[in-house]
Amino acid sequence: MADWPLYEVFVRSKHGLNHKHVGSVHAADAEMAMENARDLYTRRSEGVSIWVVPSSAITASSPDEKEILFDPSDDKVYRHASFYKLPDEVGHM
Amino acid sequence: MYAQLVETGAKRVKSLEEMSPEEREFQLKIDAETKIEAKNWMPEGYRKTLIRQISQHAHSEVVGMLPEGNWVTRAPTLKRKLQLMAKIQDEAGHGLYLYSAMETLGADRDEEIDKLHEGKVKYSSIFNYPTLNWADMGTVGWLVDGAAIVNQVVLQRTSYGPYSRAMIRICKEESFHQRQGYQILLDLMREGTEEQKQMVQDSINRFWWPSLMMFGPSDDQSPNSQQSMAWKIKRKSNDELRQMFIDQTVPQLEFLGCTAPDPDLKWNEERGHYDFGEIDWQEFYDVLKGNGPCNKERIETRKNAIDGGAWVREAARAYAEKQQQKQQNAA
Amino acid sequence: MSKAMTQQEALQEYLLRLADSDMILGQRLCELCGKAPALEEEMALMNVALDLVGQARNWYEYAAELIDDGRSADDLAFRRDAHDYRNALMVEQPNGDYAVTMGRQFFFDAWHYFTLASLVKAPDERIASIAAKAAKEVQYHLRRSSEWVKRFGDGTEESHQRMQTAVDDLWRFTGEMIEADDVEQTLFKAGIGPNPEQLAADWKGLVNEVLTEATLTPPPEDAWMYRGAKVGHHTEHLGYILAEMQFLQRAYPDAKTW
Repeated sequence: MADWPLYEVFVRSKHGLNHKHVGSVHAADAEMAMENARDLYTRRSEGVSIWVVPSSAITASSPDEKEILFDPSDDKVYRHASFYKLPDEVGHM
Repeated sequence: MYAQLVETGAKRVKSLEEMSPEEREFQLKIDAETKIEAKNWMPEGYRKTLIRQISQHAHSEVVGMLPEGNWVTRAPTLKRKLQLMAKIQDEAGHGLYLYSAMETLGADRDEEIDKLHEGKVKYSSIFNYPTLNWADMGTVGWLVDGAAIVNQVVLQRTSYGPYSRAMIRICKEESFHQRQGYQILLDLMREGTEEQKQMVQDSINRFWWPSLMMFGPSDDQSPNSQQSMAWKIKRKSNDELRQMFIDQTVPQLEFLGCTAPDPDLKWNEERGHYDFGEIDWQEFYDVLKGNGPCNKERIETRKNAIDGGAWVREAARAYAEKQQQKQQNAA
Repeated sequence: MSKAMTQQEALQEYLLRLADSDMILGQRLCELCGKAPALEEEMALMNVALDLVGQARNWYEYAAELIDDGRSADDLAFRRDAHDYRNALMVEQPNGDYAVTMGRQFFFDAWHYFTLASLVKAPDERIASIAAKAAKEVQYHLRRSSEWVKRFGDGTEESHQRMQTAVDDLWRFTGEMIEADDVEQTLFKAGIGPNPEQLAADWKGLVNEVLTEATLTPPPEDAWMYRGAKVGHHTEHLGYILAEMQFLQRAYPDAKTW
């Protein structure tokens, strides 16, 4: 029984945070996917916002491309906050 | 444990030297505790073993709704009814988390469920036992969920990322299940009538041994365990987990003022563990093969639900297609 | 109800109606545990059932305080017989196929939604706060059930047929829900309950809209209606529902705790 298509679910757990992938649901349409996602992934009020995306619409990077896609930024340490040493007196930033 | 016997297809574990370069790289990743993700290369045996284990686990959660569903319509108070409903709902949810993890491996949920309904795959033997009195709702929470939690806590560190993340979620949600169960029993034992107390002891007598069987056969009878451990799909052996469970459960049993139906159960000072009697393995294999008290009813109920719901799912799909067509026409 | 009813009496009666309807529908949904037509629907049905039994508990607790004869919320739920139950006939109807389950849910949700929307404004703070929490939950119930009615109505030929049959069969239990008796009139005049005429009009408007969108034929205006629940005359189903639901409390009357 090839039934309802698969949707990937992303939940924003708190205001100010990014949506995070939490899993998937089956649903006949986007509206139902939204409701199913709400019923499944936010039973303990874990979310303030939900995205659902048809799984077939997602293009994922292949692990073989890891070196091309991600390695070049490995040496760009200035992109990371820990690169900037600040005196302790400045406090948490 | 919800997956008691998982076939790995491996007679013995290969050494690093015997492996292909890909296999070796994979095994080294596992050894270094790097999580495997859906798009990573993996040996076919690993993928198949995981699909078997995760689907067994998911089927167990779903079938596991039925013994409790048997009492949810008869829960004695509003509070107990709400607690039981929430717990059963969590179980459906956990089944869905696990199916979702399984689908990242390229398995199809509907196909795997069909296999369950055709009797081709297993689910935990425990859910083939009947729930005969209200105290069973306490015992199932305390012993059955308790045994499951012992296993699932360890599985949070399983090597496959999506499975591990599902387990972390499940463990977080499941902590209330065992407490809920134990509290039912404790209240009945402390403030209950003589009849209610007998209900509790009767329930423990029936569920004690089946709960111990949840961890699967002894290590020397588990040829698949070694491969699963090498792949870090399993993290601890059946016997280790069973002993952990008994050691933590006996003091709780004594606190209730109840006894276990095992004359050999006693503390062994030397081992620092409880000794316990021999499990009836014939019964275990019988139930697992389909000859338990409720195997037939459980599968029938699930099959009827899904088969009987075919027109519902079909209608929802047809409606979705029509709506999409309308939108396209309007655009 | 021949003698003039006090506002207090009307309120107690009305709270029991709200509580009993929530409870019995929650109970019916519990019967579907493990038997829903899709795994996702298991979650959804149990969610709705949890909301309803939770609401029942809130209404029972308030009713028990007002009645004040030593009975608890649990006593009201588990120790009253069918003739004392005041739930709508609609909610005690069997689950049937999923078209019946969703049709029953939709007819009740629509009534529930407009009723709560009015109770939210009640001067009685307790009622207003229970209703406010329930209203949010029921808004979601209504959205789901009306979507299912549309899916079935405008889905496949088979689902259309099943949904039309469900609507036709359940229709006779709708009249009673939107016809006000003394209790509801008294509470409306006291500024607590919804305006009966408005409630009936809102309910009919929404039901017509959804049925039309679902390509279903609404039953005729003058269709015969089954009545009686408001005075404890139920269909034969309720006795069996209670026999199951109240089993433990009845079988162990001496038990002080569960």
